[in-house]
Amino acid sequence: MELFELTLHELHDKLAKREVSSVEATRALLARIEATDSRVNAYITVTPDEALAAAEAADRRIAAGGLTPLTGVPVALKDIFVTRGIRTTCGSKILGNFIPPYDGTVVAKLREAGAVIVGKLNQDEFAMGSSGESSAFGATKNPWNLACIPGGSSSGSAAAIAARSATATLGTDTGGSIRQPASHCGCVGLRPTYGRVSRYGVIAYASSLDQVGPVTRDVTDCALMLGAVAGHDPLDSTSIDLPVPDYAAALTGQVKGLRLGLPKEYYLEGLDPDVKRALDAAIETYRGLGAEFVEVSLPHTDYAVATYYLIATAEASSNLARYDGVRFGHRAAGAANLIDMFRRSRAEGFGAEVKRRIMIGTYALSSGYYDAYYLKAQKVRTLIMQDFMKAFEQVDALLTPVAPTPAFKIGEKVDDPLQMYLSDIFTIPVNLAGTCAISVPAGMSAAGLPIGLQLIGRPFGEETILRAAHAFEQATEWHRHTAQL
Amino acid sequence: MNYQAVIGLEVHVQLKTDTKIFCGCSTTFGASPNSQTCPVCLGMPGVLPVLNKKVVEFAIRAGLATNCRIAPRSVFARKNYFYPDLPKGYQISQYELPICQNGHLDIEVDGQVKRIGITRIHMEEDAGKLVHADVPGLGSGSGVDLNRACTPLLEIVSEPDIRSADEAVAYLRKLHQIVVYLGICDGNMEEGSFRCDANVSVMPVGSTTFGTRTETKNVNSFRFVKQAIEHEIERQIELIEEGGKVVQETRLFDPNTGETRSMRGKEEAHDYRYFPDPDLVPLVISNDWVEDTRLSLPELPDARRSRYRSELGLSDYDAEVLTATREMAEYFENCLAAGAPAKGAANWVMGEVTRALNEAGKDIAECPVAPARLTALLQLIEKGTISGKIAKTVFDEMWQSDKAPEAIVEEKGLVQVSDTGAIEKIIDEIMAANMGQVEEFRGGKEKVFGFFVGQVMRASKGKANPAVVNELLMKKLKG
Repeated sequence: MELFELTLHELHDKLAKREVSSVEATRALLARIEATDSRVNAYITVTPDEALAAAEAADRRIAAGGLTPLTGVPVALKDIFVTRGIRTTCGSKILGNFIPPYDGTVVAKLREAGAVIVGKLNQDEFAMGSSGESSAFGATKNPWNLACIPGGSSSGSAAAIAARSATATLGTDTGGSIRQPASHCGCVGLRPTYGRVSRYGVIAYASSLDQVGPVTRDVTDCALMLGAVAGHDPLDSTSIDLPVPDYAAALTGQVKGLRLGLPKEYYLEGLDPDVKRALDAAIETYRGLGAEFVEVSLPHTDYAVATYYLIATAEASSNLARYDGVRFGHRAAGAANLIDMFRRSRAEGFGAEVKRRIMIGTYALSSGYYDAYYLKAQKVRTLIMQDFMKAFEQVDALLTPVAPTPAFKIGEKVDDPLQMYLSDIFTIPVNLAGTCAISVPAGMSAAGLPIGLQLIGRPFGEETILRAAHAFEQATEWHRHTAQL
Repeated sequence: MNYQAVIGLEVHVQLKTDTKIFCGCSTTFGASPNSQTCPVCLGMPGVLPVLNKKVVEFAIRAGLATNCRIAPRSVFARKNYFYPDLPKGYQISQYELPICQNGHLDIEVDGQVKRIGITRIHMEEDAGKLVHADVPGLGSGSGVDLNRACTPLLEIVSEPDIRSADEAVAYLRKLHQIVVYLGICDGNMEEGSFRCDANVSVMPVGSTTFGTRTETKNVNSFRFVKQAIEHEIERQIELIEEGGKVVQETRLFDPNTGETRSMRGKEEAHDYRYFPDPDLVPLVISNDWVEDTRLSLPELPDARRSRYRSELGLSDYDAEVLTATREMAEYFENCLAAGAPAKGAANWVMGEVTRALNEAGKDIAECPVAPARLTALLQLIEKGTISGKIAKTVFDEMWQSDKAPEAIVEEKGLVQVSDTGAIEKIIDEIMAANMGQVEEFRGGKEKVFGFFVGQVMRASKGKANPAVVNELLMKKLKG
């Protein structure tokens, strides 16, 4: 087995036994990136020099007995994470030349743990997109079929895992941006509870919905990555001051007696037959493992997509105002005056999807429309949260599809934003409710594309969904399927 | 027709915290550009604000001192607009749910007490500033200095209860005095620590419908506020009399001409698209916090003034002057605590102490004569050891030398002579040398008495006890 094929925990074991060094593993990964990325385009920036220096430091640390689960492991980050001294673009031309002067909290934690950062991953611009096509650095391709989208917006995170060009990655999930690409690329992706992981140093798209999470090759890796980055951060007022459990220890393989809810609004006629088949099989697997199923209702599900696109765009229109060409990033040449400079810098720097969302959000917040749109959306959001809380009175977790279809073809929905927005129909309610959910590989379509299933947990119920996902993984072989590149 | 002005004031108070409202950067004024910044106040991608608890503490203090209700739950909002010195493209402020509401202040104009309502007090961050022309290192361009970005402000908004420029100034002075008393603002108007926007409209006397108002921005002295409001009232009345219409607009005050001029019209008014800032959780303030703060408030000027009148028997004027600043009042009260008589201490603090401070260009906090020393001096006068006149000499010496008054009196031999024998001897000598004047006095020309007093005091080098001198002299002259 090649070194780049190892999972995080497999590599960790070999590092612990001194069978390999971090430098060897890092070189193997860098070579894999070299070999695959011209086709996949998972990376915006690769940092071989910094990575090898960090790997050498990790090897010294391991020699001194300072090994933690992430020490010496080559990881890659969505380019939304601010990295000191390393260009951070957020997939946008407007930040194309931006080199941050600071590390965000999650990056600092990874560095402290001794992880080796090999590069920054492609994404939809400012995390706005469901297909990986809206990056200013070109579309990311699905390693299972290069003509297909990998999903978005953490496209590079999922594609790099599927391409075996990163051992583990971090993405962000605002409306499904971790789970949906994880599902399309056959990876494990976890969106933690809002407030579980610090957002300090994560370029904001929609502050009340964004959350950092891992995209990995299996559930154990996912638990290890989450454990490394979770926890209260005094620099993020919205992060919650709760102890971080040992997530890996929660992976007992036991789901006997676990009550899983099937929200009736998620199992509609017209669900893609491949997806439906995978879900049915998964339910049977869980029954076989001793889990119980209960039908539940999330009555406000229908309003989730509309609610999301009002709240997310409203926040985005404000969060993206700082990209004005004044102090950093792209500035248009030859502007006649100040206002002209703002306008032209933003017109040149932002892509179509970002502009579309800024305009929707600006409209939703403007006087005379605020009550009808933004405020109403906030009220509906509360109802959606209450739906989940009621459901969790009956069950421990919910089992649902991740995406309505397997990955679609590149270009297929580019001209139909409304169709594109519906790709997130099963993931968005989780973000509105602020709770946690995981996507695990659960099948393959007739066309040979991965299909994931989603387990939605209670707020701070990460251990439960990780345990359930892990039990499923143990009982099936889907996570062992590998894209052929 | 006679017109009535309607005025509401929005006052920006820069808070005297060591660090900024949402990050740990220093708030010191006047540092070199951008030296007091970090990723947070620079609005770099990825940063998040964290609220400075001290700012909340200060806001609660201001609210309690102005009789406001402190909201148990308040919310920060984003005010969205583009400006080069606004790093995030929005300002974090409070909007629908501010920290304080429904307060009031009582002011006094021409002997009349009047209550001015306070609509709200909210917390917000300041923007940075632009530096134009000749920027070091930039040549003739414009530079952005973000040292001031994220410094904490309170905005205190009054009801439109004010009816004249004098009332406006009285209200502002009172507010200024309170925030300085509370120790939450340095009150430095030149540096913009306390600045005011004036909303002014006029309506016919007796009308209940307010006229169209204008807003004059950022006036930073009491005198300018008076000028700006008076000019604006006059301008609006003239305009209406001439058949014109006041347009709602933002105006600027020009201190050189004493006039206001249009800055931008309503058609250019912003839609700030306020919404709750999702990066900051709602601010919850417990009743205990409010009550603890209430207990920690200093006695405010109004209460202090009335106590000085009722308990110490001081005049309105004395009470007013002594409470003008917290430092002055504290100096005075430290004298009382050391055992000084109230009236004597009041006279000395308002007289000699203030004079010497003014001459030296010093603040009372820097007064070289400590309250205990001044009290010792007052006690020497009371005991008759020295005269009030000699005391002034002693005071000047104390100002220079850091010596105790007793030591100075001793050293310079300034002890007052009250010994009747010694004084009688001097009187006898003077009378013998001035028999002509003695005759004049005995002939009914009593004015000469003053001449004798002067002679005796001079002969004693000012040390003779004037009361004893008067008594003995009268007895002897009358024969």
